Amino acid sequence: MTMKQKFGLGCALLGAIGFNSAADAAEQITFVSQGGAYQQAQTVAILDPSAKKLGITINQDSIPDAWPAIKTQVGSGKPIWDVVDTPTGNCLRGGEQGLIEKLDFSKIPNGAAMPGAYRSPYSVSYEFYSSVLSYSQKTFPKDAPNSWADFWDVKKFPGRRALRNHPFATLEAALMADGVAPDKLYPLDVDRAFKKLEEIKPHITVWWTSGAQSAQLLNDGEVDMEMAWNGRVSAVAKEGAKVSFTYNQGILQSTSLCILKGAPNLETAIKFLNEAVDPVHQANLPLHIDYGPGNPKAFETNVIKPERAAQLPSEPANAAKQALMSYAWWSSPAGEAAEKRWASFMQK
Amino acid sequence: MLALVSPALLVIFALIVLPVGWLAWQSIYHDGFTLENYRRVFTEDVYWRSFALTFEISLAVTGIALLLGYPVAYLANSVPKGWSILILSLVVLPFWTSVLVRAYAWLALLQRTGVINQFLRYLDVISEPLALVHNTFGTVVATVHILLPFMVLPLYATMQKIPNDLMQAGASLGASPSLTFMRVFLPLSLPGVLAGCTMVFVLCLGFYITPELLGGGRTVMVSMLVSRNVELYNQFGAASAVAVVLLLSVLAIFFVVSRFISLDRVLGQK
Repeated sequence: MTMKQKFGLGCALLGAIGFNSAADAAEQITFVSQGGAYQQAQTVAILDPSAKKLGITINQDSIPDAWPAIKTQVGSGKPIWDVVDTPTGNCLRGGEQGLIEKLDFSKIPNGAAMPGAYRSPYSVSYEFYSSVLSYSQKTFPKDAPNSWADFWDVKKFPGRRALRNHPFATLEAALMADGVAPDKLYPLDVDRAFKKLEEIKPHITVWWTSGAQSAQLLNDGEVDMEMAWNGRVSAVAKEGAKVSFTYNQGILQSTSLCILKGAPNLETAIKFLNEAVDPVHQANLPLHIDYGPGNPKAFETNVIKPERAAQLPSEPANAAKQALMSYAWWSSPAGEAAEKRWASFMQK
Repeated sequence: MLALVSPALLVIFALIVLPVGWLAWQSIYHDGFTLENYRRVFTEDVYWRSFALTFEISLAVTGIALLLGYPVAYLANSVPKGWSILILSLVVLPFWTSVLVRAYAWLALLQRTGVINQFLRYLDVISEPLALVHNTFGTVVATVHILLPFMVLPLYATMQKIPNDLMQAGASLGASPSLTFMRVFLPLSLPGVLAGCTMVFVLCLGFYITPELLGGGRTVMVSMLVSRNVELYNQFGAASAVAVVLLLSVLAIFFVVSRFISLDRVLGQK
């Protein structure tokens, strides 16, 4: 069957199942994110405006953890997805394993204009969140813990504590508690980090595994301070719980956009990727959800009001207080070894 | 007969045998034949600790479920029909709520600001809240609650079949009620005990939600290793090796049990 015949058959089939115009079928992509309120916010802020501006159709799919699906789809030789919004580490690891397309930044001017730390040969930052130190204002009405050293100081700040049951951000926090400066963390001194963690381990009540769990712990007063994602803490605070957090020594993490190797609509996917990190679309995102734009130029568009900007993790002044997670380190052999070491640390 | 069961067999083959077989295959084949996944399971401490903890928790849960379930089954067996239906429906009722909901309910009961701690503090029995959850204790409590019906039902079914005449015969020969119970009823109910214990123990070995939600991150049971390995090694083989080892342990337990009683009694309640 020739391309033309295939196309004709495709159109006929699409027509048969109720798609009415062949033009719609001409330029489309499948975009995948993590679902829920987050994907809805993107639809309003970024996806719909991009589709309109480019005159393309964006089909959406969602999955909590895209990695296994990326592997299976590319492995099968016929991926269905084009663009994926996934934790940056997946894009890098995927790139190294030949699962993700290398990007030609000459076709992605919006991405090329972003700072080097905000992109990789395989990906561009899409949005930012932060692993922050949060605390109960009931327990600490004043003089709240303000650094990881405070979190580790069980004498000065008595109370129940929780950390994430995962090495990401937790090792960084341990090193900062031990005196390493936020911008001097990488490559992580893994031995030193685990040694510092051993110190606080007896004082950790819960090692949480899901964002929902971290929110519940804080909301119910089950812990007095914990590491949590900024969006989770502000959601709990909005519900009326007396909780707060500091961006000081937060660990700035991101999800990025990347394109599956052999994506069915590669050209359109690249056009979309460029449009999705456009400063104005990016600036719209935090109007709908508590995540910061992946493109720092968004803060220069005047779309985000200063008081709103001050709440966002990637706002330049907030970002300056934090450590930017190095996904390149975490997907390096040393990073993967540290990730594996976590399990034996937890069970000792 | 074979014609009649073949649709069911096909469904089982397509939905259980094939996927499980495929997973088992992945555990030994990844770009060529490899035993790496098994080497890891048998040499790294993490796995031993998890398997040991899983067996400890399963034993504790089984023991507690037996202590709690036996009297309930005994009572249901000895009261008039109407009452026994009521007791059994109370046992079965929690089945209709999701395991997740029940695990969260235990969280609400057991946590620091939970019902039990607040009540004890109100009574001034304790000054500091007790650590009832985010540990092995909380995991065991909730798991017992969820698995209790699997203990009570086989026990009740076995007790139903013990003829009442035997107890009367014992009494007429001058034995006290407790002696009749110890010498006649208890030994006759043992197959039910074994059946119930096997069910609870085996189901507990694969438990995931209660240790995940109530274990505080420290209670790492084997099922959690399975899920974590998918994330950590980015391939199903590492996880399925753990699952295969667990599956083989379960089969071994069934094999040992089958030497003592017919498996039909454990599974099918003939």
